[in-house]
Amino acid sequence: MPEGKLCNRKPINTEEYLQQVLSDTGGKQYYKEMEELDVDVEKLQASLKATLKSRLKTWLDMCAHCGLCADACFLYEVNDRDPKQVPAYKIQSTLGEIVKKNGNVTNEFLRHCMDVAWSQCTCCNRCGHYCPHGIDMGVMFGYLRGLLYSQGFVPWELKIGSGMHRVYRAQMNVTTEDWVETCDWMAEESEEEWPGLTIPIDVEDADIMYTLNAREAKHYPEDIAEAAILFHLTGENWTVPSEGWEQTSLSMFAGDWEACTMQVKTVYDAIERLRPKRVVGTECGHAHRASAIEGPYWVGRPDGLPPRPYIHYVEWVAEVLRTGRLKIDPAKKLKKPVTLQDSCNYVRNHGLADITREIMSYIVEPEYFHEMSPNREHNYCCGGGGGFNGVGKYRPQRNVALIKKRDQILATGAELVIAPCHNCWDAIRDLEEEFEIGIKWSFLKPLLIEMAIVPDHLKPAEDAE
Amino acid sequence: MYEILTGPGLWLAFAIAVIGLVVRTVFYIQGLNWKLDRVAYTAFPAAGAKGAIRSILAFLVPFGNHSWRAKPGFTVMFFTFHIGLLAVPLFLEGHAVILMERFGIAWPSMSMGAADFWTVAMLVAALGIAMRRLLLPEVRIVTDAKDWFVLIISVAPFLSGYMVVHQIGDYNFWLLAHIVSGLAWIALLPFTKLFHVVGFFWSRAQLGMDYGIKRGGMKYKSFDW
Repeated sequence: MPEGKLCNRKPINTEEYLQQVLSDTGGKQYYKEMEELDVDVEKLQASLKATLKSRLKTWLDMCAHCGLCADACFLYEVNDRDPKQVPAYKIQSTLGEIVKKNGNVTNEFLRHCMDVAWSQCTCCNRCGHYCPHGIDMGVMFGYLRGLLYSQGFVPWELKIGSGMHRVYRAQMNVTTEDWVETCDWMAEESEEEWPGLTIPIDVEDADIMYTLNAREAKHYPEDIAEAAILFHLTGENWTVPSEGWEQTSLSMFAGDWEACTMQVKTVYDAIERLRPKRVVGTECGHAHRASAIEGPYWVGRPDGLPPRPYIHYVEWVAEVLRTGRLKIDPAKKLKKPVTLQDSCNYVRNHGLADITREIMSYIVEPEYFHEMSPNREHNYCCGGGGGFNGVGKYRPQRNVALIKKRDQILATGAELVIAPCHNCWDAIRDLEEEFEIGIKWSFLKPLLIEMAIVPDHLKPAEDAE
Repeated sequence: MYEILTGPGLWLAFAIAVIGLVVRTVFYIQGLNWKLDRVAYTAFPAAGAKGAIRSILAFLVPFGNHSWRAKPGFTVMFFTFHIGLLAVPLFLEGHAVILMERFGIAWPSMSMGAADFWTVAMLVAALGIAMRRLLLPEVRIVTDAKDWFVLIISVAPFLSGYMVVHQIGDYNFWLLAHIVSGLAWIALLPFTKLFHVVGFFWSRAQLGMDYGIKRGGMKYKSFDW
């Protein structure tokens, strides 16, 4: 069978096709079809020719096979130091082979590559720091994912995820109407407790345009309400766009670069349309990576910068705490052991380690803040990054991957893990479910609202003193 | 024979090495692509240069980064091997003599004692590196014939040179072996993993620019290698 009905080289561009793939529970038929999927060698060769340039070639070629990357990889460590989990081995035995054979590879081999690319690497980029030659295997695995996606060898959930972006310009089926309604609903819900609170939609020339993760709109609308409360509390002149509000990119995890571009373009179009002074994104790591770090390159901006300054939520939080626009009630500062999860996507890959620690200094009593080890740029992946959390086929491997974070958290003695990243938050929730170590986990927003000093004029009439 | 090898032979080996390394460097730089690599290489020259230099220095200085500090044993072997490998042939009295005789260049040299010390240290380090390749599963799995070839071709001029200097065994045989393996090492620089003599700098600079420009270097602190 050259191409299957569900599993093929065609991206999901229609709602109908999306529904078909979605209704194949667990991807049973999809993976069955994948076993028969032909490799389009010519297409693969053309891709290699067009995109495998000197950086990647040199990385593959110059690797000294010294093995220093082994200990850098948490997946190597949690899998009993299995030599097959050494980053250099993982990339040389997959992408390296494809290149060596100039694309003349079999279906079976590409399915193996898929397993390695999505269950043995979370693209956390940590190995790149330990390689004397500066070989970033996370970047190479991202590239490999792109090749595999274009050949149809992509986990079922990520084919759907990138299809969602293509069809809905969101990682979940949230339409513009759904989104606007959710905002109105959340504004109404919050109004009683927070008189005057609004969620302004499509306001031009605001100070801040807020963008978020579609699953907040779909499953955690209270997160939107919390963002609104904090903007309200700090007196921000803010808005959300009716279109271009979704900043995540499951297509980045899938290696579907075309969908990445489509998605981030809607956000940048909203920026051009509404002309905010700057954009603040939600507490999500990969969304920040996609919209503020990689996005400019996908849409072809030669300066590599988004159309307006695009900051992560933690940067905004640090700023309002620093300037005193958000005041924390000293009595409510956290007085239990707390640790902080550094998200790879904006700490290792965007240098925000000091910013999150500055926030901790305002909300946690100093003696109660315990760092993980290692931390900051050298922290380990939560265990579920790069799409790992979302792929059912690799759930057993993902659960093993959580062990590293579990042990890091246990070593801090923390009762609460602050995780300003959706992926990390999920992974930490799942590791508590899996291993029951008795921890709580949280985004910043609910903690801040709990601890904030509310000025009298913002309180409901009966509460005002 | 000796004259041909150390005269035109030396020139030829150097010419191949220099031209080859320059050509590969040009291709490397030409092949960098801001859009595919997703690094705005030329948009921010100052941030790029700072990132590149920091990234190179972090790995050029012993224990200058987290990776070296995590593996002190390997780091000592690594630097001993590389210092010996570069310093002994560059500053050996016997080589300075050739430079003076053939080309009239006055070249500084190290004492024979220092040369002996670094030669032996380098050979011991090489043995350690070889043992590592054989014994550690995480290194063994990635090791292939090319890695052994590079190690052997790098060690050969030192072993043979040591035999020559200390007149162990057949002097003429070891001298010939020394010159041939030394010239081969030079001529093979552009065509093998030895390319890293310059490639190390380009590749480290590239990742340094990536971090310096795109991955946080312009926003907050420089990356803590």
